[in-house]
Amino acid sequence: MSGKAGNRVNPRVVLRRWYGEGPLHLLLLAATFALAGYAGVRLLGGDTFAIVVWFIGSALLHDLVLLPLYASADLVLRRALGPRTRLVNYVRVPTFLSGLLLLMWWPLITRHAVRYEPYSGLSLDVFLGNWLLITGLLFAGSALLLVIRAARLRRRDTRGRPSASH
Amino acid sequence: MGDRRFGKGSPFSLPDSATGRGPAFTGRLPSAPGFWRSPVRGVRFTAVLGLILLAGLTLLFVTGLLSYAAYNPDLAPVNDKTPGKGLLGFYLFAWPTGPHWLYRLTQGLHVTVGIALVPVLLAKLWSVIPKLFVLPPVRSAGHALERVSLLLLVGGALFEFITGLLNIQLEYVFPGSFYPLHFYGAWVFFAAFLAHTGLKLPRAVRVLRGGRLEGSAPGEADELAAPDPALPTISRRGALAMTGGGSLLLLITSAGRSFDGPLRQVALLTPHGAAEPGPGPNGFQINKTAAAVGVTAADAGRDWRLTVSGPAGKIRLSREQLLAMDQHSAALPIACVEGWATSDQWWRGVRLRDLAALAGYPDRPPGVLVESVQRSGAFRKAALRDNQVRDPRALLALQVNGENLSLDHGYPARIIVPAAPGVLNTKWVTRLTFEAL
Repeated sequence: MSGKAGNRVNPRVVLRRWYGEGPLHLLLLAATFALAGYAGVRLLGGDTFAIVVWFIGSALLHDLVLLPLYASADLVLRRALGPRTRLVNYVRVPTFLSGLLLLMWWPLITRHAVRYEPYSGLSLDVFLGNWLLITGLLFAGSALLLVIRAARLRRRDTRGRPSASH
Repeated sequence: MGDRRFGKGSPFSLPDSATGRGPAFTGRLPSAPGFWRSPVRGVRFTAVLGLILLAGLTLLFVTGLLSYAAYNPDLAPVNDKTPGKGLLGFYLFAWPTGPHWLYRLTQGLHVTVGIALVPVLLAKLWSVIPKLFVLPPVRSAGHALERVSLLLLVGGALFEFITGLLNIQLEYVFPGSFYPLHFYGAWVFFAAFLAHTGLKLPRAVRVLRGGRLEGSAPGEADELAAPDPALPTISRRGALAMTGGGSLLLLITSAGRSFDGPLRQVALLTPHGAAEPGPGPNGFQINKTAAAVGVTAADAGRDWRLTVSGPAGKIRLSREQLLAMDQHSAALPIACVEGWATSDQWWRGVRLRDLAALAGYPDRPPGVLVESVQRSGAFRKAALRDNQVRDPRALLALQVNGENLSLDHGYPARIIVPAAPGVLNTKWVTRLTFEAL
């Protein structure tokens, strides 16, 4: 745009200069905040402070604690295995799956969910055992897969050798 | 997954390759371009996860809204845990009584698909984490607004998943009643989800049309791909398979909670999974035992009477008198808002419409307010709509699977209505008031 007087002002250009995005962007976000505001005042109608802490806190806890924690664990694993990078996934995958179950069912597995037994008439004791069983099966399956693949590789190597000596 | 530089030694130690590339501190911060090094990240990886979540979270939102409608909240205040909903209840409708497995299906999907989507959500958030630290944090007014909406999106999604997962484990540590938190929280999340879908879906589709998952998209700047990637330890396909493996494992260990018998035994790690509370005809799943809500054998003993009221006045009936009325059967499940269900049980008792006739509504009965002996609890009173009272399968059940009800299943008498959420199938019923609700 030239700044000369008399030039017609293009509203799209003005919006982009002041807002940084197109009109659709503004429209979508306006709709979002209108709806989120309408629901939000109702959401916060109870214990406002605690609900804000839970809502915002869950995002912060994930981004600044959980994710760095499992990324660091992954780093430690890769460090521990050193140059044997092929082994990483045989540990990474069962650890991820087992950890995921532990994270999601923490109250059941740690017997924290004290209402469960009196309400449902079911035992809480089974969950720790079942989690350990599933974890054991995952690692056993992973180890089995590793052994099979290693054996297959070795067979391919030994079969390859005589032909190479010809 | 391959963020090699992340947390090297201590999280703030200097990555080797960053030395001599300008001020030392910039390379060790998560805002540095070289900080996030996993070769798995990239717009295509994120787009695949985004499209799965678009379908999955839409399903969760819709089935969640259906669950609210299934309570018939606009019928009577006792059914509505979010009376201040205003326009958010715009879609409410009379919940039907057929097919009889309707709520078992919709709520089973809501909870089971929700459980299975957790790894997808976590992977999606992992895939975009570098953008959280991007510099400058705010480029323009539009960018600032979008970032606030992303806080609602991520906070909302996590809030919904966390409250849901805690609620089905009966771990009520969240700040307030589950119903308003999960319902209004869902709307806040959905508002941000709409904008995010509108802004990102075209790009996701374009990027995925472009071909292979591995590598970067030609002609597109891939702002999620690491500029200085570490040696790959897993392919993008492999990372997706690992995420999908998590979903599959969660499905296997939880989906069986919607069925009796061997399928439930497979559901090893989920509430109401793995085991039945007891043997025999009354051995199917219990939401709340009599002891948990303070109902004793004395409450349900000889002195128990059912009071039926309507235009014909108040009629008091003993269990023997109820058993002397026409008995009818219906094969119906118990389907809980917590996502578990039983298979069809064979209930036997008096039709609600026969009791309505007794109360003075010989034809076209209205709704009914049902009250329990139970002294406390959110649903000790519940209202049923006229279509539920009129359904021939809607019973005041006295027996199940050929035996008298056990105390835990509502002896002396309980409501069982096809397709209704479990909490509306009131146990230990003591009063039925037929009236236009």
